[in-house]
Amino acid sequence: MDHRRLRGATRRGFLAGAGRLAGGLGAAQLITVGPAAATPDAMAAAIRYVVGEAEVRDGKVSIEAPPLVENGNSVSITVAVDSPMTPADHVASIYIFNEKNPQPNVANFHFGPRAGRASISTRIRLADSQKVLAIAKLSDGSFWSASADLIVTIAACVEGT
Amino acid sequence: MAQALINVPFKARRGEIIEIKTLISHVMETGYRRSNSGEPIPRDIINAFVCTYNGDVVFRAELFPAIAANPFMSFFTVATESGVITLSWTDDKGATEVRTAKITVE
Repeated sequence: MDHRRLRGATRRGFLAGAGRLAGGLGAAQLITVGPAAATPDAMAAAIRYVVGEAEVRDGKVSIEAPPLVENGNSVSITVAVDSPMTPADHVASIYIFNEKNPQPNVANFHFGPRAGRASISTRIRLADSQKVLAIAKLSDGSFWSASADLIVTIAACVEGT
Repeated sequence: MAQALINVPFKARRGEIIEIKTLISHVMETGYRRSNSGEPIPRDIINAFVCTYNGDVVFRAELFPAIAANPFMSFFTVATESGVITLSWTDDKGATEVRTAKITVE
Protein backbone atom coordinates (compact mmCIF):
# COMPACT_ATOMS: atom_id res chain seq x y z
CA MET A 1 0.00 0.00 0.00
CA ASP A 2 2.64 2.45 1.08
CA HIS A 3 4.81 1.31 -1.72
CA ARG A 4 2.09 1.89 -4.36
CA ARG A 5 1.24 5.31 -3.00
CA LEU A 6 4.85 6.32 -3.11
CA ARG A 7 5.24 5.16 -6.65
CA GLY A 8 2.08 7.01 -7.68
CA ALA A 9 3.23 10.18 -6.02
CA THR A 10 6.54 9.94 -7.74
CA ARG A 11 4.94 9.43 -11.12
CA ARG A 12 2.57 12.37 -10.62
CA GLY A 13 5.45 14.49 -9.45
CA PHE A 14 7.50 13.46 -12.41
CA LEU A 15 4.74 14.24 -14.90
CA ALA A 16 3.96 17.60 -13.33
CA GLY A 17 7.65 18.44 -13.30
CA ALA A 18 8.02 17.40 -16.92
CA GLY A 19 5.04 19.53 -17.86
CA ARG A 20 6.50 22.56 -16.11
CA LEU A 21 9.84 21.96 -17.78
CA ALA A 22 8.29 21.66 -21.21
CA GLY A 23 6.20 24.77 -20.62
CA GLY A 24 9.24 26.64 -19.45
CA LEU A 25 11.24 25.59 -22.49
CA GLY A 26 8.44 26.57 -24.82
CA ALA A 27 8.12 29.99 -23.26
CA ALA A 28 11.86 30.57 -23.33
CA GLN A 29 11.98 29.63 -26.98
CA LEU A 30 9.22 32.08 -27.79
CA ILE A 31 11.06 34.89 -26.08
CA THR A 32 14.50 34.32 -27.55
CA VAL A 33 13.72 32.95 -30.99
CA GLY A 34 10.43 34.63 -31.80
CA PRO A 35 8.05 33.40 -34.48
CA ALA A 36 9.54 30.85 -36.84
CA ALA A 37 8.55 32.80 -39.92
CA ALA A 38 7.34 36.20 -40.91
CA THR A 39 3.78 35.52 -41.90
CA PRO A 40 2.28 37.56 -44.73
CA ASP A 41 0.64 39.54 -41.90
CA ALA A 42 4.06 40.52 -40.57
CA MET A 43 5.10 41.42 -44.12
CA ALA A 44 1.99 43.56 -44.53
CA ALA A 45 2.75 45.31 -41.24
CA ALA A 46 6.34 45.97 -42.27
CA ILE A 47 5.14 47.41 -45.58
CA ARG A 48 2.54 49.54 -43.80
CA TYR A 49 5.31 50.88 -41.55
CA VAL A 50 7.21 52.08 -44.64
CA VAL A 51 4.42 53.36 -46.87
CA GLY A 52 1.90 54.51 -44.26
CA GLU A 53 -1.48 55.11 -45.85
CA ALA A 54 -0.07 55.76 -49.32
CA GLU A 55 -1.12 53.66 -52.28
CA VAL A 56 1.44 51.22 -53.69
CA ARG A 57 1.10 50.79 -57.44
CA ASP A 58 2.50 48.05 -59.64
CA GLY A 59 5.13 49.07 -62.16
CA LYS A 60 8.39 50.93 -62.70
CA VAL A 61 10.22 48.41 -60.50
CA SER A 62 11.87 45.27 -61.83
CA ILE A 63 13.31 42.36 -59.88
CA GLU A 64 15.93 40.15 -61.45
CA ALA A 65 16.46 36.88 -59.59
CA PRO A 66 16.79 33.21 -60.49
CA PRO A 67 13.30 31.61 -60.54
CA LEU A 68 14.75 28.37 -59.22
CA VAL A 69 17.15 28.88 -56.31
CA GLU A 70 19.51 26.04 -55.52
CA ASN A 71 20.84 27.42 -52.26
CA GLY A 72 18.73 29.75 -50.14
CA ASN A 73 21.79 30.90 -48.21
CA SER A 74 22.88 33.14 -51.05
CA VAL A 75 20.46 34.32 -53.69
CA SER A 76 21.56 36.97 -56.18
CA ILE A 77 18.94 39.63 -56.64
CA THR A 78 18.92 42.86 -58.59
CA VAL A 79 16.24 45.49 -58.12
CA ALA A 80 16.07 48.33 -60.61
CA VAL A 81 13.64 51.20 -60.96
CA ASP A 82 12.83 53.02 -64.18
CA SER A 83 13.61 56.63 -63.29
CA PRO A 84 15.43 59.58 -64.91
CA MET A 85 17.21 60.18 -61.56
CA THR A 86 17.11 63.98 -61.80
CA PRO A 87 16.88 66.26 -58.74
CA ALA A 88 13.17 66.75 -59.53
CA ASP A 89 12.32 63.12 -60.26
CA HIS A 90 14.40 60.38 -58.67
CA VAL A 91 14.11 57.26 -56.57
CA ALA A 92 14.54 58.01 -52.88
CA SER A 93 14.53 54.46 -51.53
CA ILE A 94 14.13 50.83 -52.45
CA TYR A 95 12.76 48.48 -49.78
CA ILE A 96 12.93 44.69 -50.13
CA PHE A 97 10.54 42.43 -48.20
CA ASN A 98 9.94 38.70 -48.00
CA GLU A 99 7.06 36.49 -46.90
CA LYS A 100 8.52 33.55 -45.03
CA ASN A 101 11.87 34.41 -43.47
CA PRO A 102 11.84 34.96 -39.69
CA GLN A 103 11.77 38.74 -40.36
CA PRO A 104 9.83 40.44 -43.16
CA ASN A 105 12.56 43.00 -43.92
CA VAL A 106 15.47 42.15 -46.18
CA ALA A 107 17.11 45.52 -46.77
CA ASN A 108 16.42 49.20 -47.30
CA PHE A 109 18.48 51.18 -49.80
CA HIS A 110 18.50 54.96 -50.00
CA PHE A 111 19.45 56.90 -53.10
CA GLY A 112 19.59 60.46 -54.29
CA PRO A 113 19.76 62.09 -57.70
CA ARG A 114 23.52 61.53 -57.62
CA ALA A 115 23.03 57.78 -57.84
CA GLY A 116 22.55 58.20 -61.59
CA ARG A 117 20.78 54.88 -61.86
CA ALA A 118 18.35 53.37 -59.33
CA SER A 119 19.66 49.86 -59.30
CA ILE A 120 21.03 47.64 -56.56
CA SER A 121 22.42 44.13 -56.62
CA THR A 122 22.98 42.05 -53.52
CA ARG A 123 22.73 38.51 -52.18
CA ILE A 124 19.97 37.50 -49.80
CA ARG A 125 18.87 34.54 -47.71
CA LEU A 126 15.59 32.74 -48.29
CA ALA A 127 14.24 30.30 -45.70
CA ASP A 128 11.65 28.81 -48.07
CA SER A 129 10.09 29.15 -51.49
CA GLN A 130 8.32 32.44 -51.27
CA LYS A 131 7.43 35.79 -52.71
CA VAL A 132 9.96 38.62 -52.60
CA LEU A 133 8.57 42.12 -52.89
CA ALA A 134 10.41 45.32 -53.76
CA ILE A 135 8.87 48.73 -53.13
CA ALA A 136 10.39 51.95 -54.47
CA LYS A 137 9.71 55.35 -52.98
CA LEU A 138 10.01 58.15 -55.51
CA SER A 139 10.98 61.73 -54.78
CA ASP A 140 7.35 62.82 -55.35
CA GLY A 141 6.26 60.52 -52.52
CA SER A 142 4.62 57.84 -54.66
CA PHE A 143 5.28 54.14 -54.12
CA TRP A 144 5.77 51.53 -56.84
CA SER A 145 6.34 47.81 -56.45
CA ALA A 146 7.17 44.52 -58.11
CA SER A 147 7.26 41.00 -56.77
CA ALA A 148 8.95 37.75 -57.71
CA ASP A 149 8.04 34.19 -56.73
CA LEU A 150 11.19 32.24 -56.04
CA ILE A 151 11.42 28.47 -55.58
CA VAL A 152 14.10 27.40 -53.12
CA THR A 153 15.41 23.83 -53.12
CA ILE A 154 17.85 24.12 -50.18
CA ALA A 155 16.58 26.61 -47.63
CA ALA A 156 18.77 28.98 -45.68
CA CYS A 157 19.59 27.56 -42.27
CA VAL A 158 17.09 28.99 -39.81
CA GLU A 159 16.80 26.47 -36.98
CA GLY A 160 20.52 26.03 -36.40
CA THR A 161 23.06 23.21 -36.82
CA MET B 1 36.63 43.51 -38.43
CA ALA B 2 36.90 42.13 -41.83
CA GLN B 3 38.43 41.90 -45.22
CA ALA B 4 36.77 43.95 -47.90
CA LEU B 5 36.98 43.96 -51.66
CA ILE B 6 35.90 47.07 -53.49
CA ASN B 7 35.73 47.85 -57.16
CA VAL B 8 35.65 51.54 -58.09
CA PRO B 9 36.85 52.77 -61.49
CA PHE B 10 40.14 54.73 -61.37
CA LYS B 11 39.03 57.08 -64.13
CA ALA B 12 35.72 58.27 -65.48
CA ARG B 13 34.35 60.95 -67.74
CA ARG B 14 32.48 63.80 -66.06
CA GLY B 15 28.82 62.85 -65.76
CA GLU B 16 29.44 59.18 -66.45
CA ILE B 17 27.43 56.71 -64.37
CA ILE B 18 29.90 54.40 -62.65
CA GLU B 19 29.24 51.11 -60.89
CA ILE B 20 30.66 50.47 -57.43
CA LYS B 21 30.93 46.87 -56.29
CA THR B 22 31.61 45.90 -52.70
CA LEU B 23 32.18 42.62 -50.92
CA ILE B 24 33.06 42.30 -47.25
CA SER B 25 33.72 39.22 -45.16
CA HIS B 26 31.27 38.93 -42.27
CA VAL B 27 29.36 36.01 -40.73
CA MET B 28 26.04 37.92 -40.73
CA GLU B 29 24.83 35.76 -37.83
CA THR B 30 21.04 35.97 -37.93
CA GLY B 31 20.26 35.56 -34.23
CA TYR B 32 17.80 32.79 -35.11
CA ARG B 33 20.25 29.92 -34.90
CA ARG B 34 21.29 27.83 -31.91
CA SER B 35 24.67 26.38 -31.06
CA ASN B 36 25.22 22.62 -30.62
CA SER B 37 24.55 23.02 -26.89
CA GLY B 38 21.19 24.66 -27.60
CA GLU B 39 22.17 28.20 -26.68
CA PRO B 40 20.84 30.89 -29.01
CA ILE B 41 23.69 32.43 -31.02
CA PRO B 42 23.43 36.20 -30.62
CA ARG B 43 22.75 38.29 -33.70
CA ASP B 44 25.79 39.87 -35.31
CA ILE B 45 25.20 41.43 -38.69
CA ILE B 46 26.39 44.43 -40.65
CA ASN B 47 23.36 46.65 -40.22
CA ALA B 48 24.45 49.80 -42.03
CA PHE B 49 26.44 50.76 -45.10
CA VAL B 50 27.23 54.23 -46.38
CA CYS B 51 28.95 55.43 -49.54
CA THR B 52 30.15 59.02 -49.63
CA TYR B 53 31.65 60.90 -52.59
CA ASN B 54 33.91 63.73 -51.42
CA GLY B 55 31.93 63.79 -48.18
CA ASP B 56 28.44 63.74 -49.69
CA VAL B 57 26.31 60.66 -49.06
CA VAL B 58 25.39 59.16 -52.44
CA PHE B 59 24.12 55.75 -51.31
CA ARG B 60 23.03 54.28 -47.98
CA ALA B 61 21.72 50.87 -46.93
CA GLU B 62 20.07 49.36 -43.87
CA LEU B 63 20.61 45.62 -43.80
CA PHE B 64 18.68 42.89 -42.00
CA PRO B 65 19.54 39.24 -41.16
CA ALA B 66 18.13 38.18 -44.55
CA ILE B 67 21.28 39.48 -46.23
CA ALA B 68 23.61 36.58 -47.03
CA ALA B 69 26.93 36.12 -45.24
CA ASN B 70 29.80 38.15 -46.71
CA PRO B 71 27.50 40.91 -47.96
CA PHE B 72 27.85 41.88 -51.59
CA MET B 73 26.40 45.13 -52.88
CA SER B 74 26.64 46.74 -56.26
CA PHE B 75 25.22 50.18 -57.00
CA PHE B 76 25.76 53.25 -59.17
CA THR B 77 26.77 56.85 -58.82
CA VAL B 78 27.52 59.75 -61.14
CA ALA B 79 31.18 60.69 -61.52
CA THR B 80 30.91 64.41 -60.75
CA GLU B 81 34.47 65.41 -59.84
CA SER B 82 37.85 63.95 -58.97
CA GLY B 83 38.14 62.95 -55.38
CA VAL B 84 37.65 60.19 -52.87
CA ILE B 85 34.86 57.65 -52.58
CA THR B 86 34.52 56.29 -49.05
CA LEU B 87 32.69 53.09 -48.22
CA SER B 88 31.89 52.18 -44.63
CA TRP B 89 30.18 49.22 -43.04
CA THR B 90 28.98 49.11 -39.40
CA ASP B 91 28.03 45.92 -37.57
CA ASP B 92 25.94 45.12 -34.45
CA LYS B 93 29.04 45.27 -32.24
CA GLY B 94 29.64 48.85 -33.36
CA ALA B 95 32.74 47.97 -35.36
CA THR B 96 33.16 50.06 -38.50
CA GLU B 97 35.19 49.08 -41.52
CA VAL B 98 36.18 51.84 -43.93
CA ARG B 99 37.65 51.64 -47.42
CA THR B 100 38.50 54.53 -49.68
CA ALA B 101 39.13 54.77 -53.39
CA LYS B 102 40.48 57.67 -55.42
CA ILE B 103 38.77 58.53 -58.65
CA THR B 104 39.97 60.83 -61.41
CA VAL B 105 37.25 62.54 -63.39
CA GLU B 106 38.20 64.09 -66.72
